[in-house]
Amino acid sequence: MKYIDEYRDGRLAKLIGDRIAALADAARSYCLMEFCGGHTHAISRYGLEDLLPANVRMIHGPGCPVCVLPIGRIDAAIALATRPEITLCTYGDLMRVPGTNRSSLLEAKAAGADVRVVYSTLHALRIAEAEPEREVVFFAIGFETTTPPTALALKTAIAKGLGNFSVFCNHVVTPAAMHHVLESPPVRKLGTIKIHGFIGPAHVSAVIGTKPYELFAEKFCKPVVVAGFEPLDVIQAILMLVQQINDGRHVVENQYIRAVTRHGNEKAQAEVANFFELRESFEWRGLGELPLSGLRLRPQYAAYDAEKRFSMVTPRAKDNPACDCGAILRGAKQPAECKLFGTVCTPDTPMGSCMVSSEGACAAHWTYGRFREKARQANAMKVVT
Amino acid sequence: MSMMTDAYTRKLDLAEGRVDLSHGAGGRAMRQLIEGIFHEAFDNEWLRAGNDQSAFAVSGGRMVMSTDGYVVSPLFFPGGNIGSLAVHGTINDIAMAAARPLYLSASFIIEEGFPLADLKRIADSMGVASREAAVPIITGDTKVVERGKADGVFISTAGVGRVLDGLDLRADAARPRDAVILSGSIGDHGVAVMSNRENLQFDAAIVSDSAPLHTLVAMMAEAGGRHIRLMRDPTRGGLAATLNEVASQSKVGFHIDEEAIPIKPEVAAVCELLGLDPLNVANEGKLVAVAAPEGAEAILAAMRAHPLGREAALIGHVVADDYCFVQMATSFGGRRVVDWLTGEQLPRIC
Repeated sequence: MKYIDEYRDGRLAKLIGDRIAALADAARSYCLMEFCGGHTHAISRYGLEDLLPANVRMIHGPGCPVCVLPIGRIDAAIALATRPEITLCTYGDLMRVPGTNRSSLLEAKAAGADVRVVYSTLHALRIAEAEPEREVVFFAIGFETTTPPTALALKTAIAKGLGNFSVFCNHVVTPAAMHHVLESPPVRKLGTIKIHGFIGPAHVSAVIGTKPYELFAEKFCKPVVVAGFEPLDVIQAILMLVQQINDGRHVVENQYIRAVTRHGNEKAQAEVANFFELRESFEWRGLGELPLSGLRLRPQYAAYDAEKRFSMVTPRAKDNPACDCGAILRGAKQPAECKLFGTVCTPDTPMGSCMVSSEGACAAHWTYGRFREKARQANAMKVVT
Repeated sequence: MSMMTDAYTRKLDLAEGRVDLSHGAGGRAMRQLIEGIFHEAFDNEWLRAGNDQSAFAVSGGRMVMSTDGYVVSPLFFPGGNIGSLAVHGTINDIAMAAARPLYLSASFIIEEGFPLADLKRIADSMGVASREAAVPIITGDTKVVERGKADGVFISTAGVGRVLDGLDLRADAARPRDAVILSGSIGDHGVAVMSNRENLQFDAAIVSDSAPLHTLVAMMAEAGGRHIRLMRDPTRGGLAATLNEVASQSKVGFHIDEEAIPIKPEVAAVCELLGLDPLNVANEGKLVAVAAPEGAEAILAAMRAHPLGREAALIGHVVADDYCFVQMATSFGGRRVVDWLTGEQLPRIC
């Protein structure tokens, strides 16, 4: 596949891996957080950790929008979908996410709710156009990457005068969450977070640019390298981070120059700003309430805001107390250190946010990497006996 | 076969007509539908005999039987339709036991309002598929349900076959060091069906691989039958599900090599776009064989000499593993687990 295979070249990867091994100072460790679920997925799917020296460790961050969506918002969506006049359109990966009492949109659909999987916001719009008697609600989630398509859908709905289309907005913003990973009351409780550098988001940065991370890098003295989602992108970004750490630098660098600029996609930013504003606070599953981290529709578009239009309430719902997602999302623990991991919590029966979507830290580790755990255990056994 | 020519009956309007409830009611209309469409398409001596069942002689040895339901959506897709799929799918289930498929049955659940022209197209392609495979459809059933109680047409086929002499394949027979052989490129069927759904508009010319595998199996058996431990056709859940299934049944692990697995560039591209892993995508004309290492070369050579096995490849081997992991060396240079699919990736693919 042209323009894809080039970024999955195993020989080049090995050269970069060798270079990292040569540069990494054996006397220290390099703990690097990839913020995005897309990076987590690439690392796990291509077995990228096998190419890294033992003292370069990847920590999987909270950048999976399905994972961090709080249970209460799922409950609210299920309650909405159950109303007879509503057609709820959602991306497929939300269907199985468990709400309270393990109910899900998939179950609601089986019980008769009109829930439809769509592949784009425009597909939801087509449904609204074709079925004017239905109240079509788009379940909008995602970081800055998916916000512009939602804005575009709103713009189109308004232009076409579609009175039966609205949006249940759960869009969140990245810089606030990155900030939170390093500085927040729960983090202080967890003690010092050992993260030496960040791989910055790929597609999010194509929209917002690299500039928003500059303050972050400077304030926390942590290098940030914005990287693409292909495995060669990721391993090159790791090399760039190791070099910055060795040099004692902490600036924002851009590995993903084929898609990302310093200022990003200003047209998309303008559309988003036109329709959305920051919420004072938004709950992130596993992280808790984060100030200025979520978006809602501006008041002048209240008619298109499903929360207002249908007087939706978002119930508070608690995660399983034994779940370590909070610590895992902040890099303080690894998936296998959680008591629930692989016992009661698996991708088929997810308990916590990190297991919910294939991009979650625990799901990726379970699906692609759990043989490493068994190998480690087996080695440990050999040492003991 | 004689078409009824009663002056009382409506003519079966194959151009504009639709199935109505009378076509399933046991009266003249039903007989007309069965004779005018199904018997016409499947024509053979058993159907001509007009019994509610069909008798055939058996010749000793071990028999196999299998059944499968087909609910694919859309009903027509590039490379086939629900009818040809229903014939190939059951033939393949029989063939995977190293058996020669002998006879099929076909049962139809049709939704009121379904166009007779579409039903005829489906039945005709079943007839063609069954004649090409030389496996006749010798008995069947038709039911009609009210509009909204089905989605066009659902088909169930069952088949019987006779196991090739001296062969006894078992799910728990894979042993460490055995070779894993795949007959061709993966993901074609799932992607072909998917790309034809109304909500996804692709121009990619991807054709389903739906095909009967029993002649390929016969050649494999001839070349190295006693070395074949087991065979599977990786349909729903794809290659990943098949290997995991065998791993847990045989209590072994697999090491496979990503670079050795054939995949068409256009299939890879669609999977890339939709975020699908081709290892999870359904096939309808491919098989995986686990074979003793000493027989692998001969089996592979025989497969490559058959049109359906031209791209056959050795994709890995069986290892001892108490955890029954399927592990893959990625072309990127790392290793990963190849897991079962979680949830539903592609609903109604077959």
